[in-house]
Amino acid sequence: MSLRVDFQIISDWIPEGARVLDLGCDNGTLLNHLQQRGISGYGLEIDNSKFSDCIDAGVNVIQADLDQGLPQFADQSFDFVILSQTLQAINRPDFLIEEIARVGKQGIIGFPNFGHWQCRLQLALGGHMPVSRTLPNDWFNTPNIHLCTVQDFEQLCSDKQMEVLNRSIVNHAHKDTLGTKLLPNLFGQIALYQIKKTS
Amino acid sequence: MPDTIPADSVGLVSPTTLHIDTPITLECGRSLQSYDLIYESYGELNDDGSNAVLICHALSGDHHAAGYHSMDDKKPGWWDSAIGPGKAIDTNHFYVVCLNNLGGCKGSTGPTSINPQTNKPFGPDFPIVTVSDWVNSQAVLADHLNIQQWAAVIGGSLGGMQAMQWAISFPEKLRHALIIAAAPKLSAQNIAFNEVARTAIKSDPDFHEGHYADYNAIPRQGLGLARMLGHITYLSDAAMGEKFGRELRYDAIQYGYDVDFQIESYLRYQSETFVEHFDANTYLLMTKALDYFDPAQEFGHDLAKTLASIQAKCLVVSFTSDWRFSPERSHEIVNALLSTGKEVTYAEIEAHQGHDAFLMPIPRYHEIFNSYMQRIAAECGAVA
Repeated sequence: MSLRVDFQIISDWIPEGARVLDLGCDNGTLLNHLQQRGISGYGLEIDNSKFSDCIDAGVNVIQADLDQGLPQFADQSFDFVILSQTLQAINRPDFLIEEIARVGKQGIIGFPNFGHWQCRLQLALGGHMPVSRTLPNDWFNTPNIHLCTVQDFEQLCSDKQMEVLNRSIVNHAHKDTLGTKLLPNLFGQIALYQIKKTS
Repeated sequence: MPDTIPADSVGLVSPTTLHIDTPITLECGRSLQSYDLIYESYGELNDDGSNAVLICHALSGDHHAAGYHSMDDKKPGWWDSAIGPGKAIDTNHFYVVCLNNLGGCKGSTGPTSINPQTNKPFGPDFPIVTVSDWVNSQAVLADHLNIQQWAAVIGGSLGGMQAMQWAISFPEKLRHALIIAAAPKLSAQNIAFNEVARTAIKSDPDFHEGHYADYNAIPRQGLGLARMLGHITYLSDAAMGEKFGRELRYDAIQYGYDVDFQIESYLRYQSETFVEHFDANTYLLMTKALDYFDPAQEFGHDLAKTLASIQAKCLVVSFTSDWRFSPERSHEIVNALLSTGKEVTYAEIEAHQGHDAFLMPIPRYHEIFNSYMQRIAAECGAVA
């Protein structure tokens, strides 16, 4: 099976030999792929139902609650800290982003863009909370409690003195189109950022 | 009693006693000139000796970890839920060794053994052995069995401490350490519980300063009390509540000081059966070995530094309702391993059974345990 496109983009941003921490590593797919490229590290995951998959994939997985931050890790102990499609489910994304910048030399953060035109349309004209392919839950049962737009995220990065080194904004099929290039906050469904604390 | 041996059992097994004539010097400074180690093994050692797994027992455990000694046995070995063909520690893939630790009372040299210098049982004069001493004696057994390197050393509770000590004492002699429901050292509360247990034993009039064998006596009351207390700390409030609630032994409350509730009856039964097959001096010794375990002491109380030299990959498992060695105690181990970049996997299993959960076939626990052991088996070339 081919690798999910956002994972491929993340992988392309990470050089061989790097030490990584994958926050919310799910079944270990990304780490397993990275390990095959000579990249090592740990996955953190709160839900141990997929730990067997991680173990089968040879991934070192640690059960941990990201809402507690990353107190078990020292400053700048990883080359990259990855947070893929998990930011919106975190209690305090601003706190976790600070933790990512503390523990990692660089952070890679991917999230669903709530500024996508379909979301805007559903709220503006439909008058209901948006439901989409990337955000399939209803407002009352969604784990995605802190949704943001591309614009919001970049504002937070700027407030936290984070520099954006790389950005990839794609549609739900993880493809970039003319729209995602020209008006990413309107046409992008999935946003990926490579960030670094401005020194 | 099994009518037939279950298909996933190692079946009928019998122990082997190894007599060792090479003296062993113990951490306390004393030494044993010779000693016996009794052990059981299940499965076959492969040609390159790479599939050997050591199981370390906890406080009241022994070498009989799996299978049955006879068709009359009421229960199989203490960790039969995890050891056998097709089980997490799959005897189709692994050669599994479990011994009774030195100082035990089930066949290895301990307080009930005859002291060759006096021709009487050692009793309280048996030297106090530590987790390090156990690991050193287990290494002697490994040499005898021609095992250069364990595929894994596995243990729960006090057994998990031995697995950790193995990784510290003999970094090159094991590839994996499975540290389950353990702690890097006892807390004041843990030691306090042990002290109550010891006080119960020592204050029994039949204890005779530990020389009860000379009087043909057993400190039943004291040892029974110690076991009752231990048993309570191994379970959780929820587990006890679910099993017994406030169920009465008889139809109505008796308005007396004898048994009213089922839990009282259960504790009495547990302690009465325990005292008939466990030695009080061994119980005292095991609790001391627990209290003294603190490998970081030699490293300026820095656990990360203590574990810095280990080479074994680790699986650490804790259970949410374990209040004897809570998940936070496992976090200490995991965080120390993480801080020096060791290979570690950590799972916190949702379980209501308390500390004893490590002995139970809890589905998520065994799923993870099984996957991890499969990975080790693959490394040994036992499975594709």
